[in-house]
Amino acid sequence: MIVWWLIAVLFLGGALAWASEALDSQLPRVVALLALLGSAALVLGLALAGQANPLSPQGQWWVLADASWIPRFGIRFLVGVDGLSLLMLLLTVFLGLMALGAAWHEIRERSGFFYFNLLWTLAGVVGVFTALDLFLFFFFWEVMLIPMYLIIAIWGHENRAYAAMKFFLFTQVSGLLLLFAIVCLAWFHAQQFGVFSFDYFALQDVVLEGRVQTWLMLGFFIGFATKLPAFPFHAWLPDAHSQAPTAGSVLLAGVLLKTGAYGLIRFTVPLFPEASASFAPFAMGLAAVGILYCAKLAFAQQDLKRLIAYTSVSHMGFVLLGVYAWNLYGLQGAVMTMLAHGFSAAALFMIAGALQHRLHTRDMQRMGGLWSRLPMLSAMALFFTVAAVGMPGLGNFIGEFLSLLGAFQASRVATVFAALGLVLSAVYSLWVIQKVFHGPLLLPAGQEREAAGGPADLGRVELLCYGLMALGLLWMGLYPQSFLAHSASVLEALLQQTGTPGGG
Amino acid sequence: MQEWTGLLPVFPLAGFLLLVLSRGRMSRGIAGVIGAGSVGLSFLLALGIAIATLNNGGQAYTTVLWQWMQVGDFAPGFSFYVDGLTLVMILVISGVGFLIHLYATGYMADDPGFARFFSYMNLFVAAMLVLVLADNLLLLYLGWEGVGLCSYLLIGFWYDKPANGYAARKAFVVTRVGDTSMAIGLFLLFSQLGTLNIQQMLTLAPQQWAVGSGIAVAASALLLGGAVGKSAQLPLQTWLPDAMAGPTPISALIHAATMVTAGVYLIARTHVLFELAPSVQLLVAFIGLATLLMSGFTALTQTDIKRILAYSTISQIGYMFLALGVGAWSAAVFHLMTHAFFKALLFLAAGTVILSLHHEQDIFRMGAMRRRLPVSFWCFLVGSAALTALPFTSGFYSKDEILLAALHQEHYGMLLWSGGVLGAFLTALYSFRLVFVVFFGRDRHQSHATASHGHDDPQAAVVEAMSPVMFFPLLLLGLLALGGGFIHVPVDAVFGSGAQEEAHASQLVHTLMILIPIAGVMIAWFVYGSRSYQKAGEHLREQLLASGIGRRLHRFWFSGWGMDTLYEWVFVRPFLTLAALNRRDAVDQIYGWVAQAARVGNSAVVMLQTGNLRWYAISLVGGLVIVIGLGVWR
Repeated sequence: MIVWWLIAVLFLGGALAWASEALDSQLPRVVALLALLGSAALVLGLALAGQANPLSPQGQWWVLADASWIPRFGIRFLVGVDGLSLLMLLLTVFLGLMALGAAWHEIRERSGFFYFNLLWTLAGVVGVFTALDLFLFFFFWEVMLIPMYLIIAIWGHENRAYAAMKFFLFTQVSGLLLLFAIVCLAWFHAQQFGVFSFDYFALQDVVLEGRVQTWLMLGFFIGFATKLPAFPFHAWLPDAHSQAPTAGSVLLAGVLLKTGAYGLIRFTVPLFPEASASFAPFAMGLAAVGILYCAKLAFAQQDLKRLIAYTSVSHMGFVLLGVYAWNLYGLQGAVMTMLAHGFSAAALFMIAGALQHRLHTRDMQRMGGLWSRLPMLSAMALFFTVAAVGMPGLGNFIGEFLSLLGAFQASRVATVFAALGLVLSAVYSLWVIQKVFHGPLLLPAGQEREAAGGPADLGRVELLCYGLMALGLLWMGLYPQSFLAHSASVLEALLQQTGTPGGG
Repeated sequence: MQEWTGLLPVFPLAGFLLLVLSRGRMSRGIAGVIGAGSVGLSFLLALGIAIATLNNGGQAYTTVLWQWMQVGDFAPGFSFYVDGLTLVMILVISGVGFLIHLYATGYMADDPGFARFFSYMNLFVAAMLVLVLADNLLLLYLGWEGVGLCSYLLIGFWYDKPANGYAARKAFVVTRVGDTSMAIGLFLLFSQLGTLNIQQMLTLAPQQWAVGSGIAVAASALLLGGAVGKSAQLPLQTWLPDAMAGPTPISALIHAATMVTAGVYLIARTHVLFELAPSVQLLVAFIGLATLLMSGFTALTQTDIKRILAYSTISQIGYMFLALGVGAWSAAVFHLMTHAFFKALLFLAAGTVILSLHHEQDIFRMGAMRRRLPVSFWCFLVGSAALTALPFTSGFYSKDEILLAALHQEHYGMLLWSGGVLGAFLTALYSFRLVFVVFFGRDRHQSHATASHGHDDPQAAVVEAMSPVMFFPLLLLGLLALGGGFIHVPVDAVFGSGAQEEAHASQLVHTLMILIPIAGVMIAWFVYGSRSYQKAGEHLREQLLASGIGRRLHRFWFSGWGMDTLYEWVFVRPFLTLAALNRRDAVDQIYGWVAQAARVGNSAVVMLQTGNLRWYAISLVGGLVIVIGLGVWR
């Protein structure tokens, strides 16, 4: 029940936020805050329930809720939470709050509709992380897409229409492949067991002949790899990120990308273990290429948000690498990277947004030496950049190290190449610090003359958001066990069930 | 005391946090007390721990702070391991570190970034202590990367100058290349041994691997990659000379006394792995030898006081690598310690010179400074004597041990020994060239100062910048540089007694090792110091530079053997070109073509829809003809 409540609170909160705009234009954000706090409380409640009852009768599933939806096709409203979902839910509500913090002062136009879209996207994400009926999963997959499209298309920057359309097309085309594969799978279930079913557990029993399994696996893979995004399906991301408003970027980088990784772990490999095993070397190769290629691209960018977007793709390569290593180290590494990158990328996009808000540009050529003017903002930027570089003691390191540690057992060549990404990440990250925050002071024309000595340093809401995210990264880096412990049993069960294909 | 081991890095870490959270609003007095005091507390604790441990017979022990993570069998902890080697390292880091912090409160007194400076310095000391205390390679890697970060931040401390930023980035990226090699080494070690706990590894490896087996060679070679990056040895040494862009106390602490010796520490700590891979161990020796000679020649040609010292640091770490390569583990650690004393002394003294001369670093714009800057002069004299390994100084004993051990290397002993002795000759030459040019001869700074300041009183231009907080560290380091050779490093138990046989050599060898550095000093005196030979010396230099080979050699050495240019062409430029060529992302453009094709196709179809009935009829008939034709033809 608690999961339904979680989704309902976000859906209803969104509707209410939209409606409340009629009363007062300040009201929607308050409604959104209440809805998010409510869902945060529910997620924490889930966590406690899970701790009290670590092994429910359904095995690793803590909470399951089931209701019939379209009985003709065996479609059910089946949702459940286990340790992995719980981590993702925590990430989702936390970054939802951060996105709200980013939008708090930034969004002034049509704020009711904005918060409606924000909360509905989050509702879709929560659905994706909990749905255990694949049709329901796909329904939520679409729910999270369309509000996001609107957020980019309406509140985006100068080139928003193009970026939003590109985002929509990429996600939609890959989504169609996913849908097709899901329907095929259900059809095979009907062939073998006489009834249609989209049930995650039932579909695992479907026996698929080699070639068919490979094609269906590819449908799933492309659907999720586009979202992740993995090279070469990443082309939508830089445009979407550079044009999205800050809150949109926070959700995109922090949460939406993780649904792709979640889909790979939860669905692609467990549903198609043999095909995935033979595909693993190829996927790890893509991961290594993506890490290096996008790191190189990031270095070449002048648009700050575009640069961070490419670094996101590069870091997601470690997730892909860890997942397809398909051993406990790699998977835990992927999960930790998802969490830590969620925090660090969200924070970096917020910083880029904060700079754009103050300087009215994202062009790094027009900034420089901001440390002397914005010491707190710069220090925060340094912190999150250092986290993204993979400094031990912060969360990203744990994720990337474990991913590589696991990957090394599966494919040494791919791991060695992927590890070179550590060097390139230092190259582009330090370049950003140099260009924007160090060096002689350089402000875009007109900024010098602004009242009270130009752009202002961090405000209270911003400081709170950055501070929380920084603490989160430290926690993940110094005591990752509190997170790893949640996902461990889930991942171990998945490994056991698929018989550790992993290619080595 | 031992139960408080966990607190060692906590003091400087707390100092870092306090200084950061103060956001520059703290008074300099308090910031200085926190900055230096926190390291001082660590030193006192380290001293207490050392006394307690040595009284306990030097028994090694482990302190577990907490379990870092647990993933399957991978369970590294935040745990510290203390043995004789650790004791030497923590005492050097916190002791020399404290003296340099103290000095820096005077040196940096007028800098606007005072608190920021000490926050980075404290973070550095904390990370360095973690590095040497770590009981597993992952925690060691945390410290390893942490010191790299602080080194980056401090080299680029004066961030408004882009050149400093460049030097800082270069240092970080070049060492990161080594770090990545080390990380891959960690993956390999874990996949083979199933643990990253150092002591367990050192026990397991000899049981599982044969001497010279491929795995042992690969693992130790990958670790060596990390070590050469951090310790600025060939081929990753290029970052250290540029790292001198940072404030001089940084150069003393990070780029001379502590961080750059981390590679030496790593190899000494994992020496069992290197013993299992004799080929790699020999490589260590030859890397050390090549580095010490190359940077010795380069130091001869430099004119910047800090760059000379930087190349000298690279060269001295080369000696430590030479020692490691011939299995003289304790000699390497001994030299690490004495080097920390005399090189910190030299850098701090150089800092005083630089500060007194208003940030002049060119030695040929100094001269005759021994009367103006007496304290610096004496410090330099003591430091250079130790660096040159003149008898009875600390450097003499440590270098002597290294060279004797090199001589007893099984196959290449003579080669390694003579290379090392040649290096000692070069060391004498370049160190005393520095001393004689800066402190003797004509006062070139005076003429320079009068020229630029017109009527200013030239005497007032140079006053030794010296306060008690700067004098006391210099004095103490000077005493250590002289007498540090009598300290016994308690590492016999760490490396096993077998490796530490007393090396015997003939009287001739001993005499040579004493006389050759002295000869170097004397030649330096004739060329650069003595009034009566000055003309002849200058003439000789001009003669050398006038000949084509001499000039080319000079330029080659001056550039650090062209390594920067090489890397520029092999790595930097291709990367930049590639990045610039593909700024727009070729993959994205392919999708662009798809979109373009769709649009063209759309407009083509749109064109067909003309509303012209005759056109429709013709195309209908034409299509029919084609279809029928296709059918018939088939």
